[in-house]
Amino acid sequence: MLKYLEQTTAPEPKRIDIAKVSRRGFLGIGGAFVLAAWARPGHAFDTYAVGAKDMPHGLVDDPMIFVSIDADGTVTLVAHRPEMGTGARTSLPMVMADEMEADWDRVKIVQAPGDEPKYGNQDTDGSRSLRHHIQAARKIGGSVRTMLARAAAAQWEVNASDVRVENHLVIGPGGITLGFGELAEAAMAQAVPTQEEIVYKSEDEFRYIGKGSVSITDLQDITTGQAVYGADVRLDGMKIAVIARPPVVGGRAVSYDASATLAVPGVRSVHELPYGGLSKKFAPLGGIAVVADNTWAAVEGRDLLDIAWEAGPHGGYNSESFLAELVETSEKPGSIARNKGDIDAALNGAARRFGRTYTQHHIAHVPMEPPAAIAHYRQDGSLELWAPLQSPYTARKDTAEALGLNVEQVTVNVTLLGGGFGRKSKGDYVTEAALLSRKTGTPVRVQWTREDDVQHSFYHTISAERIEVALDEADKVTGWHHRSVAPSILSTFAPDEGNVLPLEQAMGMTDLPFDVPNIRAESGKALAHTRIGWYRAVSNLPHAWAIGSFVGELAHDLGKDQLSMWLELIGAPRKMDLEVDALPENFWNYGEPWEEFPIDTGRLANTLKMAADGIGYGKDLPEGEGIGLAIHRSFVSYVACAAHVKIVDGRITIPEMHMAIDCGFAANPERIKSQMEGSAVMGMSTALLSGITFEDGAVQQSNFYDYDVTRADNFPRNVVTHIAPHPFSVHATGVGEPGMPPVPPAIANALFAATGERRRGLPLGPDV
Amino acid sequence: MTKLTLNGTIHELDGDPSMPLLWAIRDLAGLSGTKFGCGVGLCGACTVHIDGAAVRSCQMALSDVEDQEITTIEGLHATGDHVVQEAWRELNVPQCGFCQAGQIMQAASLLNENANPTDDEIAENMSGNICRCGAYQRIVDAVRLASTRS
Repeated sequence: MLKYLEQTTAPEPKRIDIAKVSRRGFLGIGGAFVLAAWARPGHAFDTYAVGAKDMPHGLVDDPMIFVSIDADGTVTLVAHRPEMGTGARTSLPMVMADEMEADWDRVKIVQAPGDEPKYGNQDTDGSRSLRHHIQAARKIGGSVRTMLARAAAAQWEVNASDVRVENHLVIGPGGITLGFGELAEAAMAQAVPTQEEIVYKSEDEFRYIGKGSVSITDLQDITTGQAVYGADVRLDGMKIAVIARPPVVGGRAVSYDASATLAVPGVRSVHELPYGGLSKKFAPLGGIAVVADNTWAAVEGRDLLDIAWEAGPHGGYNSESFLAELVETSEKPGSIARNKGDIDAALNGAARRFGRTYTQHHIAHVPMEPPAAIAHYRQDGSLELWAPLQSPYTARKDTAEALGLNVEQVTVNVTLLGGGFGRKSKGDYVTEAALLSRKTGTPVRVQWTREDDVQHSFYHTISAERIEVALDEADKVTGWHHRSVAPSILSTFAPDEGNVLPLEQAMGMTDLPFDVPNIRAESGKALAHTRIGWYRAVSNLPHAWAIGSFVGELAHDLGKDQLSMWLELIGAPRKMDLEVDALPENFWNYGEPWEEFPIDTGRLANTLKMAADGIGYGKDLPEGEGIGLAIHRSFVSYVACAAHVKIVDGRITIPEMHMAIDCGFAANPERIKSQMEGSAVMGMSTALLSGITFEDGAVQQSNFYDYDVTRADNFPRNVVTHIAPHPFSVHATGVGEPGMPPVPPAIANALFAATGERRRGLPLGPDV
Repeated sequence: MTKLTLNGTIHELDGDPSMPLLWAIRDLAGLSGTKFGCGVGLCGACTVHIDGAAVRSCQMALSDVEDQEITTIEGLHATGDHVVQEAWRELNVPQCGFCQAGQIMQAASLLNENANPTDDEIAENMSGNICRCGAYQRIVDAVRLASTRS
C-alpha cells in the first residue's frame, strides 16, 4: 500500500545467523556457487499480469539473486519478504523449491536485507506476497531445474530431454545420476532458459505447492528460543535506549530535568531528539532519550525524568466528542466517490427508507513484540541496522534521509517480526536508534515498552458510517447510499485537508458488490488529530463493519433470514462491469489489473454459502445463542464468516466459527488456515475489545489491563476453515488481511440473533 | 552480585537487585529466548520456570531469585524435544512465534501440575499468555496432544 502514499518530495554481531548464512550464500564462500541467470517473462505456463510491476522496484525473478547451491547440494533460497507470521518466509521459498525439484529437507532459507533495487519490492503489506510473487517463484525454480538438467546433459553428452530432475537428483539415461552439488558450477555456466524453454511442472506433479505439508521455516528455532527478533540482536558495547515521547503528537518538551535519571546506576546519557508531528510520514515523535547499559536502567531512568510538555496543536483532541462530530458529518452530503443511477430519485420515490449509523474507535496494533531496533553508526559514516520491519527498504531510505546519509551508506538487516499488522511498516523506531547511535558513538538498541506501543502508534482511523437504503413496495432494495467519515492515512504523508484517498474508499465502500440499481458512496471531511496508520485490512474494517451489520439489520427489519438477504443483495453471479456498475474512474483494485482480478459476485456468494453451510445456518438454537453471517471482498479475496455466539454468564462467547475463503489458487493451505484462525481471534478482539481513546490529545490506554485483547479463556473455540478449491489458473490472491473484515459484523449479527440487542459501535464490549 | 542457577549453570549476575529477572536473563545473562511483551505480568511472553513452576520473569526482582533454579525456554529440554515442544511442532502452532516460548513454558508447567487437563482447564491456564496472531486453537490442541504423551 505504501507505494500510493510515497511523499512526492522524497523520492559482526552475535547471534545473527540470518546475516552470516546469507553472506556465505551470496559470496560463494565454502563451496557455494551462485547460479547466474536472467529470465524474461514468457508463456510456458499461463502467466498473467499482476500489480507487482507497478510497485517500487517492481518484481525481480533472477535466479542469481535468489538461489545458490553448495557443493554438498544444500540449496539456499533467499526470502526477500519479511516474516511477520503469515508464512511468506516459508511459502515463497517452498514454491521455488518445488518447481526446482529440490528436497525441502536440503533447503536453507536466508533473509534478504532491505535492498529493493536488488530483490524487487519488499514492502510486506497489502496481502501481496503470494499474490505478486508466486509466478516469479515458479520461474526461479523452473530456471534452476532447467539449468541443472542441461548441465548434466552436457556432461553425459545426451539430449537434455532425456534428463529429468527429481527430488534433488538429476537422472539421465540408464539411471545415471548426479547431485545438485556436483552440478552447481556447471549449471551456473549454462545459459538461462527463456520462459518458453522452461518445462513447468503440471499441478499433479507438485510436491509441496498446494499441499500444506511443509512446516514453517523457523519452527524449530521458535520452539527452542533460538529465533531472532528485533530485540534479540546483541552487539559488543551496545547501549539500550528508552525514550519519553511527547504524550500528544506534535508536542515537545519545554524543559526537562534529568539529574535524577543520570544518578541511576547504569544510565549513561540523556539526549533530546528532534520532534515530529502529523504529516511527517514515519519520522519519530522526538522526546527525551535515556541511554543506559541495560534495559532496566533505561526504563528506571526514564521514569525519573522531570519533563514539562507542551501539547501543541492537537492538545484538544477528544476522540469521544470527535466521534460525535463524525456522526454529524455523516448526516450531511460529502464528496461523491461512486454514483450509479439516481440515488436521490430512488430515495425520494421510495415506498420506505431504512437507515442506520455505525462507528469505530481508533485501534492500536499491539503486536506481541513491541517495536525495537538496533543501530550501529560507524565513524566512516556507515550505518548498519537490525530491526523487525515490514518494509525494510522504506525504513532504510527514511533513516538515511533523517541522518543526511546516502541510502548506500545504510544497511538494513531484517529480523523476524514478532507480529506486524501494519505497525511495523513504519520505521520510526529504527530512525530513533540510528540517531542515538550517532549521538553516542556506540551501537544502540531502542526498546519500546508496551506503554510506548499503545500510546505512540500509528492508529487505525476512527470512523462513522451512515447507510440508508430505498425500498420499493415489494421490499426490494432500489437504492443504497453510504457515507463514510474518517480521518485519512493521507494525513500522515501530506498536509491534511480532511479528504480520504480513493484507495481507502475502494477498500469496501466504492467496490460494493451489490446488484442495486442506484448506488452512491460519499466521503465527508475529517481532519486527523493523531498519526493515522493502517491496521490489518485497513479501511475495509469500518466499511465491512457497517455494511455487514446493516445487512443483518435490514434482514431483520424485512423479516428475512441473513443468508437470503445477503444473496438477494449480491444478486445473480456476474463479473462486475466498470461501466455498468459505475465504479469510480481509475478504480483502485488493490493495484491489480481489473481484467485479471475482477469482482466476481458468483465467487462472493459461493464463499458465503460455504460458511453458512459449514455452520448449519438456519438450525434451531437454544435461547441465548445465535448465528451471524458476513461476507466481504478485500485484497482481491473473498472471505465469509459465520459466527455462533452464545451468552455464558453474561459474557459473549463464540463456541464455533466458520471462515470460508476464496483466494484463488491455494499455494499453502496450511498457512491459509492459520491466517483464518488468526483472523477469527483478532477479529474477535476488534469486535469486542479494541478501542483506543484520546483525551486532551493523549491516549488514555497504556497496557493490556486497559487495552486487552482476546485471550485463551474466551476465543472462537472451534474455527473451521473452508478453502475454495481452484487450479493454478485461478490467480492466487490475498490471505493475511482479508480474514478480518467480515468477523466483527458476523459477531454483531450473531449477538443480535442471540439477544435481540443491536450494537452499532465498535468495540461492542465483551459482556451483554 | 546475585547468584542463581540458570538452565543448570550457576550464574553470578551483577545487576540492580530491583532489576526484573526478565532483563537480567536477557541483558545480563544474554539469553534472548525469554521475551518482553508488557512488563506488567499481563501477557506471559516472559514466562520461565522457577523450580519447575511457571512465573512471569518481568514480575520477579533479581533479589527475589537468589539461589533459585531458573529454567528458560533454552533449558526446557537439552535437545529441544520436550513433549510440549514436539506437540507444538507437530501442529505447526506458531505464526509470528514471538509469544511461543512463553506459551510453551506455561504449558509445560501446567502439565507438571495436571497431567490430564480438560480443554477448559487448558484454556483457563493459558489465558495469561497472549498470542496476538491468534493461534489459541492450536495452542489448546497442542497442550492436549502433549498431555496424551506425558
